[in-house]
Amino acid sequence: MKKHKFIGQPVIRIDGREKVSGAAVFTDDIDFGANLLYAEVVTSTQAHALIKAIDTSAAECIEGVVKVFTGKDFPYQFGLYMKDRYIFAQEKVRFYGEQVAAVVARSAQVAKQAARLVRVEYEPLPVVTDQMEALEADAALIHPGLGEYEHVPWFFPQSQTNIAHWRKIRKGDLEDGFKQADYVLEDTYQVPRYAHCAIETHVAIGKFDHSGRLTVWSSSQSPHTQRNLFAEALAPLGLTHKDVRVITPHVGGGFGGKAGVTMEIIPAALATKLRGYAVKLRWTREQEFTNTYQRLGVIAKFCMGVTKDGFITALDHKIYWDAGAYVEYGANVVNAVGLSAIGPYRIPNVSIDSICVYTNLPPGGPYRGFGYSEMLYGLESHIDRIASHLGIDPVQFRRMNAISEGDTTAYGARMNPNGLMEAIDKVTAAIDWDKPLASANPSKVLGKGFALFWKAPAMPPNASSSAFLKFNEDASINLIISGMDIGQGYQTVMAQIAAEVLSIPPIKIRVETPDTDRNPYEWQTVASHITWSCGNAVKNAALDARDQILALINRVHHLPIDTLYLEDEAVKCSNDKRFHLPLRDFVINGIMTGDGTFKGGPIIGRGMFMPEFSSTKGNPETGQGGHPNVHYTVGAGALILEIDRETGKMRVLKAAEAVDAGCALNPDLIKGQITGGLMQGLATVLYEDMRFDEKGRMLNPNFTDYKIPTSMDVPDEIIPIIVEVAQPDGPYGARGIGEHTMLPAAPMVANAIADALGIRIKSMPITAEKVALAIINGQKDVQ
Amino acid sequence: MRQVTITLNGESRSCLVKPNETLLDVLRDKLGVKSPKCGCDHGDCGSCAVLLNGKSVRSCLIFAIECEGMEIRTLEGVSGDKLSALQEAFIEFNSFQCGYCAPGVIITATELLETNPHPSLDEIKEALSGNLCRCTGYTPIFDAIMAVTKKEDE
Repeated sequence: MKKHKFIGQPVIRIDGREKVSGAAVFTDDIDFGANLLYAEVVTSTQAHALIKAIDTSAAECIEGVVKVFTGKDFPYQFGLYMKDRYIFAQEKVRFYGEQVAAVVARSAQVAKQAARLVRVEYEPLPVVTDQMEALEADAALIHPGLGEYEHVPWFFPQSQTNIAHWRKIRKGDLEDGFKQADYVLEDTYQVPRYAHCAIETHVAIGKFDHSGRLTVWSSSQSPHTQRNLFAEALAPLGLTHKDVRVITPHVGGGFGGKAGVTMEIIPAALATKLRGYAVKLRWTREQEFTNTYQRLGVIAKFCMGVTKDGFITALDHKIYWDAGAYVEYGANVVNAVGLSAIGPYRIPNVSIDSICVYTNLPPGGPYRGFGYSEMLYGLESHIDRIASHLGIDPVQFRRMNAISEGDTTAYGARMNPNGLMEAIDKVTAAIDWDKPLASANPSKVLGKGFALFWKAPAMPPNASSSAFLKFNEDASINLIISGMDIGQGYQTVMAQIAAEVLSIPPIKIRVETPDTDRNPYEWQTVASHITWSCGNAVKNAALDARDQILALINRVHHLPIDTLYLEDEAVKCSNDKRFHLPLRDFVINGIMTGDGTFKGGPIIGRGMFMPEFSSTKGNPETGQGGHPNVHYTVGAGALILEIDRETGKMRVLKAAEAVDAGCALNPDLIKGQITGGLMQGLATVLYEDMRFDEKGRMLNPNFTDYKIPTSMDVPDEIIPIIVEVAQPDGPYGARGIGEHTMLPAAPMVANAIADALGIRIKSMPITAEKVALAIINGQKDVQ
Repeated sequence: MRQVTITLNGESRSCLVKPNETLLDVLRDKLGVKSPKCGCDHGDCGSCAVLLNGKSVRSCLIFAIECEGMEIRTLEGVSGDKLSALQEAFIEFNSFQCGYCAPGVIITATELLETNPHPSLDEIKEALSGNLCRCTGYTPIFDAIMAVTKKEDE
């Protein structure tokens, strides 16, 4: 194999100097001058109610208020996969905290003060906060208009119910599968909602100039998708895609929460009625908790059959999702997990029902892991219990049933090449899985936990990426792409790919944040697909530039193209070792020929990538037939947990996680993802606990009461492990790993507790309190 | 409104402030210093940390009017014409990802190293416990600080 110069190297991040010096510009850092106005929203104080009247008169009297807007001003629907959402609530509100009106004023303080004076009269409707209650026949209907909503063809909403989408998978013969089983375990697992908690809250500024052009600066993972949704939603105002421009500076954390469109549409819409002004809306931390996407809540019912020698024969898996008040994005979480709810296992007989249920809680949406964390909590707990019942080591049980390349998934497509077995070997070796544990401290007990994971990018079958690449006079490069570096190191890795093809060091490549007017199309920075998809586009753009360079040399110097190559920023020739033409000599100004004329000109590469093999055309009743997922990334995690017998307080002594990156384009950045992602996963199981009252109001929308980990909560030792089984269609064999790093955390903690104490906890979070109470009460099984 | 004069990153600066304006808002909106970030506005996250007379404070919890005559250092002042050894170590160890919390984290770590040039790992953890980072899992931040303390030994 050819040795790479920049691929596979721990290249220093190209955004490093900006970010550690304070120079990096985030959306809130941009100045807009004297014509900047501030918006403040009036939010619903009911989770489900008819809006009877809105009185804005008192607010309008406040000095400094420019205008007050309500739903009547913007009667438009929007949404990514299903148009079930409104810019402002129309005839009714569907969650506590929903935007009902907005005040625009000359200062943020005045806007805030005036917003408190807007009076909204409600007629309360029955509130449904539990997905199982929402499924009952007499449950209040949250979206009576569901049957009329536009949606993607792979959604199956059930009109006149609260079921927004029902993904069904049927494979093999379930009844027969259970007949073959010697042991069947049936149980239910519960995972609550979680918040992304990016440290930067959502912020967006809309400006509609006197020529009729709308520009939106936003803290987003999805500039082009935002432009598309703004243009679609605001089309009644005469806007087209050409008139809408989205500029996305550095983003202070995304984790899925800044994908799609949430609050950004508010300042975009408000601006259209305030020509010439810039209108800014920045969420407070409380609004960030209560009115952006939240991770969906899950109740998962498992019934799994196995033979006595440890082979899985059947799985009946019903997943009920608390998807919240609007599911335009969240319903695709439900879909994605429905397709993949067998986990990374070979299971011949399968029935999956993944059901997206409307509730009167904030909209559920994408969160790092896209539903797989929730699904794997139950699945990996269930598998551990089955192995234990059969007297088989849980790691061995997984080895026996692990999916391999060429096996069929639940929907009938073939599994891609993967390093699942290697991941198992490496994490178990890293924590000495077979070595018995004993705590030296009698008040503490130790346990080991293990979990496998898999996840595929969830995206439309034609989600695409594209790239422009232009040379500068000194052969430095501007790589112009539209993914977002939300911290994962995207800009650096894309620069490495272009660097490898063109022999230009990454340090000489600048990647700027996107502007939809100037940067080529990218669907969104989500799904952990950007390394793979945009990486292919960048590679194609670099190859395009290289081909132009070699063709020019061939034309001028008459050297055969197949003897020419790029090395150390120059063109060289395998037939003529003396030939050496530095790129900086010609990539802008061309090459002078004998008569003084020039050949060539500025070299500009372009590339794109779309997976042309993906299809969502499976049978709606069985899921069989399509190819909805491009590939899976797999891995394994294992940890050693110390538990205090009296307080239930837990400490992770050692955690190992292996992920199959296909090809580690930048191993240091992957290790960074593992370290950070694992911590975020551990937080969902050990610390974070979102609480709502019966009226659907979140009780802890701040960092004092919703505890995300601090520097004091870090595991004693984290061992990040990279596995590399190439993805045939990935750039240099790479596939994405960003979200996956969270996935094994929760079940491996649950499994370690069972190992240490014999207590099985079937609902998250697993707080110290829950563990201590189980010990005190002598409970072995905690629902 | 009242005129307030401070020394900001070594320069004397004055501006008119309202009694209820926070130091964070005044630094960002009136004095053009953007590295302190707003993450929670309640003193929970530490992204707005600045050095006030050499001590790290949450600028969202301090009124600008209280700072008359005081010396304030932000990340812009730490950076100056050349990055500090700590900032270079942050690049080397990938001690940031999205970069939003980095200004507050670096300010806090700068204070730590100025007052305690050889902190133990526990002291580092303790010092940073008021700075939330959602991306890195903190370990790379510890690594950068430890590396700087070791470098100084050489």
